[in-house]
Amino acid sequence: MKILAVCGMGFGSSLMLKMTADRVLKKLGVKADVEACDIGTAGGMQADLILTNAEFAKQLAGGQAPVAAILNMASEDEVEKALKENLDL
Amino acid sequence: MSVFNEKFIAVEKKIDSWEEAITFSGNLLLKEGKILPRYIDAMIENVNKLGPYILIAPNIALPHARPDSGVLEEGISVLVLKQPVYIGGAEDKPALLIICLAAKDAHSHIDLLKTISSWLSDESLVNQMLEVETKDELNEIVRKYYI
Repeated sequence: MKILAVCGMGFGSSLMLKMTADRVLKKLGVKADVEACDIGTAGGMQADLILTNAEFAKQLAGGQAPVAAILNMASEDEVEKALKENLDL
Repeated sequence: MSVFNEKFIAVEKKIDSWEEAITFSGNLLLKEGKILPRYIDAMIENVNKLGPYILIAPNIALPHARPDSGVLEEGISVLVLKQPVYIGGAEDKPALLIICLAAKDAHSHIDLLKTISSWLSDESLVNQMLEVETKDELNEIVRKYYI
């Protein structure tokens, strides 16, 4: 399973979001590859789920992968909810 | 050199634009030799170009730019505003806590991000930070994170 964490440059909020997602996946006992990337490269990448902020969620919606908007990049509750709603866990 | 200490924190009552807030938080890094002046321009340019995505949690902004935009040493600064600014002019994106990040490359700032992440996930800590009125009060809260 592949999850993308997307932000403007790929090493700030997306990396923080990846850390949160990794913690949640570990807690749930789910094996998945989480990759942080920037908005420029996200569109061309294959993924089962895209996690990002509200702005980029609008831009990335309508592609192959479901997109979930996260308000607090460090919130395990918010990320867990997004994973459960969009993936077959 | 120290990455984060009392030189990198501030509480401001008279900042009324998001550009001014980013510039102020960047200046805390600039005057300690962490960044070049052009890094501040790059942070503002990123918001103009990409939108208010630097809001990483409600009320919290993480302005940053690429390491090659003028980072000399890694660092963070913490600025608490007593009246909100609206990142990129978006009325639904108030910011009261500005955490300015300077990263040397795409990986070495992971520990800094973990620290910031631990703040974000602790609602009562964030509320305490937002409620301070003076730098001394802010210092009392964040000093245990000085590195």
